[in-house]
Amino acid sequence: MTSSYVPLSYYLLLSGFLFACGVAGFIIKRNIISIFMSIELMLNGVNLSFVAFAAHWHALAGQIFVFFVMVVAAAEAAVGLAIIIAVYRTRETLNVDQVNLLKL
Amino acid sequence: MNPSLNLWLIPILPLAGAAINGFLGKKSSRTAVTTIALFFSGAAFAMALWVAVRFSSLSLPYEEYLAHWIRAGSFSADFAFYLDQLSLVMLLVVTGVGFLIHIYSVGYMWDDPSYYRFFSYLNLFMFFMLTLVLANNYLLMFIGWEGVGLASYLLIGFWFTKDSAASAGKKAFIVNRIGDFGFLIALFLLIQHFGTLNFDAVFQGVVPLGPETMGAGLLTAIGILLMLGACGKSAQIPLYIWLPDAMEGPTPVSALIHAATMVTAGVYMVSRSHVIFDRAPIALSVVAIIGTLTAFFAATIGIAQTDIKKVLAYSTVSQLGYMFMACGVGAFSAGIFHLMTHAFFKGLLFLGAGSVIHAVGGEQDMRKMGGLRLYAPWTFLTMTIATLAIAGIPPLAGFFSKDEILWRAYSSEHGSWIFWLIGVLTAFITSFYMFRLWFLTFLGDYRGGEAVETADGHGSAHGHGNKNDGHGLPHESPMVMIVPLAILAVLSFVGGWVGIGNRFENFIAPVFRAGAVAATETAAEAAGHLEFYLMLVSVAAAFLGLYLAYLLYHKREDLPQKIADSLGGFYQAIVHKYYIDELYAALFVKPLIDGSTRILWHDVDQKVIDASVNDSADGARRASDEVRHMQSGNIRSYAGWIAAGSALVIAFMIWMGVR
Amino acid sequence: MNFHLILFLAFGAVCVGGAINLLAQRHPINSALSLIAVMAALAGEYLLLGAEFVAAVQVIVYAGAIMVLFVFVIMLLNAGEEEHTGGSRIAILLGVPGMLTGSVLTAWVVLRHSGTQSVPIGALPGSPRDIAQLLFHDFLLPFEVTSVLILIAIMGAVVLASKPEVPAGEGER
Repeated sequence: MTSSYVPLSYYLLLSGFLFACGVAGFIIKRNIISIFMSIELMLNGVNLSFVAFAAHWHALAGQIFVFFVMVVAAAEAAVGLAIIIAVYRTRETLNVDQVNLLKL
Repeated sequence: MNPSLNLWLIPILPLAGAAINGFLGKKSSRTAVTTIALFFSGAAFAMALWVAVRFSSLSLPYEEYLAHWIRAGSFSADFAFYLDQLSLVMLLVVTGVGFLIHIYSVGYMWDDPSYYRFFSYLNLFMFFMLTLVLANNYLLMFIGWEGVGLASYLLIGFWFTKDSAASAGKKAFIVNRIGDFGFLIALFLLIQHFGTLNFDAVFQGVVPLGPETMGAGLLTAIGILLMLGACGKSAQIPLYIWLPDAMEGPTPVSALIHAATMVTAGVYMVSRSHVIFDRAPIALSVVAIIGTLTAFFAATIGIAQTDIKKVLAYSTVSQLGYMFMACGVGAFSAGIFHLMTHAFFKGLLFLGAGSVIHAVGGEQDMRKMGGLRLYAPWTFLTMTIATLAIAGIPPLAGFFSKDEILWRAYSSEHGSWIFWLIGVLTAFITSFYMFRLWFLTFLGDYRGGEAVETADGHGSAHGHGNKNDGHGLPHESPMVMIVPLAILAVLSFVGGWVGIGNRFENFIAPVFRAGAVAATETAAEAAGHLEFYLMLVSVAAAFLGLYLAYLLYHKREDLPQKIADSLGGFYQAIVHKYYIDELYAALFVKPLIDGSTRILWHDVDQKVIDASVNDSADGARRASDEVRHMQSGNIRSYAGWIAAGSALVIAFMIWMGVR
Repeated sequence: MNFHLILFLAFGAVCVGGAINLLAQRHPINSALSLIAVMAALAGEYLLLGAEFVAAVQVIVYAGAIMVLFVFVIMLLNAGEEEHTGGSRIAILLGVPGMLTGSVLTAWVVLRHSGTQSVPIGALPGSPRDIAQLLFHDFLLPFEVTSVLILIAIMGAVVLASKPEVPAGEGER
């Protein structure tokens, strides 16, 4: 294999694009579950950059970190969805704009 | 060297008495308070007598050093005392008359609920006055000066629950302060040019400067400023206005402070500074003019007053004017002589007035008195002696001292016949209003209100200074009040005899000879006959005043009203003290208050200081109101803020990295 | 044109398309499905980078468990299409420009410093043995901690999502 490679920056740009989409979704979307999914998208983008750097620097610890990110994402998704269910029970709506009592 | 006389004890003893009575007096019995007060003031008097006895064996001036005080670079002032003939005379007058008045006050203030406070203040005053008199430098004297002002304020406003008394106290203190301002500037000038405030050092520095030398302007300035201080303390024009109001205080206070001692501090100070004044003829003239004008001016006001104490107050102002007239023509010893005799008869007059007021149960209006010679014979006798003395009728004390002043006013090289003439006129008016007082108060019939005979007419507590209608007929005062009156009466009678043959003058002359400009004293001796004739004129003026008073207030008592009516507006002006108080109020007080209110209060305090504080608080609140909207509870806006913030952070990090 | 690049672009296109679709869809279930597509494509990217174990875990855990959970909840709550409520203007006004700025800056930095670094295909084989070697030796503590974390998350989810307790008095009937 002579020239089968991809520049690192391509991976990073892709990762950054995914992250940006996640932030945009967080800001634009009104459904709570959609916002959660945007968060998952952000995490995935970050995971990609971890793996890319791990490959670039030959440090397997990068992949280990991805592992942990996934664990935390799972735990967070579980708890978060449980909260959404609880909120839905009291408020009958999934519109995030209605959940605004924590204000001055 | 002199053996130590422990002069410092003389001021300290009354201070101890003041402290003991001040702190412990409230819970103590009247007897205890009395004992303490009389003991300490009497001890001071005894020590003064002892010093007088030892006086001839001392080498003068006698200085006693007590303690370090100020050492600032080349300037130093210490707690040190100075004794010479002048301070000896003042010492004896202050302690002697002071002690007598303490005794008198025991009777006068017996029923007052704040008995202990009165004696505490009285002793405190003695302390400050003695410090003033015995000080060896201007700074220690200034402490005494300020201190007697404080004591005066405390004692004038002794019945501070009365508005008029509190105001009078404030007025006295504030007007004094104006004079003190002049005194302070003079002290600053002294420090600047002589580097010290010690009497001997200053006077040695002043001696080379004379009227023709470069320093004359400086000495004139110092002299005039010192005189300004004296005007405040000794109630001369233009700062005399506090003295009549000071009559709000208890009568012993008026006797001690506003007749015998505090008001004479100005005369003492001017006499002590004679070295300066001798070399500044302009300042001397200013002193003489102020003194003469004040003497005449105050006397004219006195003839129309109806309150017995006010008459005496204006009389005091007038007599102080005489003393300054004497100093102003270079006859310092005559001024001090008159100071001494004035302490005797004016103190007696005030104490007697207190006795009169006590007799009629608090009434002070002379029109409601009369015939008291029958009810209070001892008071009558002593007051008669005092009135004769102040009128200048020989052979009583006032005649000798006043006559000496008049003669010096005429004959001294700084004097002039104008001073003499105004002095004689003032003597006539003085005699007139004093005998007017005498006739109205003691002769004739008792005109006092409905003499309601109550069952407990005599046993009830007299409200001294308040009117008490249910008093009954006038009565004599207790012995404890009569004895001081009698002693002062004797002194008023014989006190002038030390002036015969110039004995007093010779005694005190060394003080004024030291550092004096070589004066042409010989010219005064040559005109012996002239002195005799002038003396006749002044005695005649005194008798003329007596006769006029007799005419208007005994023989034809309808005349005064007719004269007053015919004089109309002029009479009204006199009764209202020439409206000077109103003039000052309009010229100084009102603009000051208005300016203070409008400028300092509204513009500066409210608009600037308050506003800056309030506005900064307001600003913080408004800012936080704006920022509050960030916390809207809306999750998406939080996300928006976070995104924006993170963009800023990224930009900042990149910028830092690029640098 | 090398094979690596073509594969990368293919998977990358799926990622990008899925991400944009997630934003564009109104109904959350559609967004969920596109997210699954993104995750699958990402697994492919991981394989290209040689991280085989991570790719497998990505598919099993992320796409297979977490997204399933999402879909369950969407079905459970019967989430409908999004309405257009007023919402927050600040979010749009500040957030979108902020995000754009941040991403542009990051991209700029990446591109400036990229140079000729490149990652060959299968650069770092992440075999399960190597991963396990690292995980159970150097990263043992975080591993155990995360297991505790999962336990807590389970308990939390159960508590939060359970139906509220019926008051004791009514239980008699």
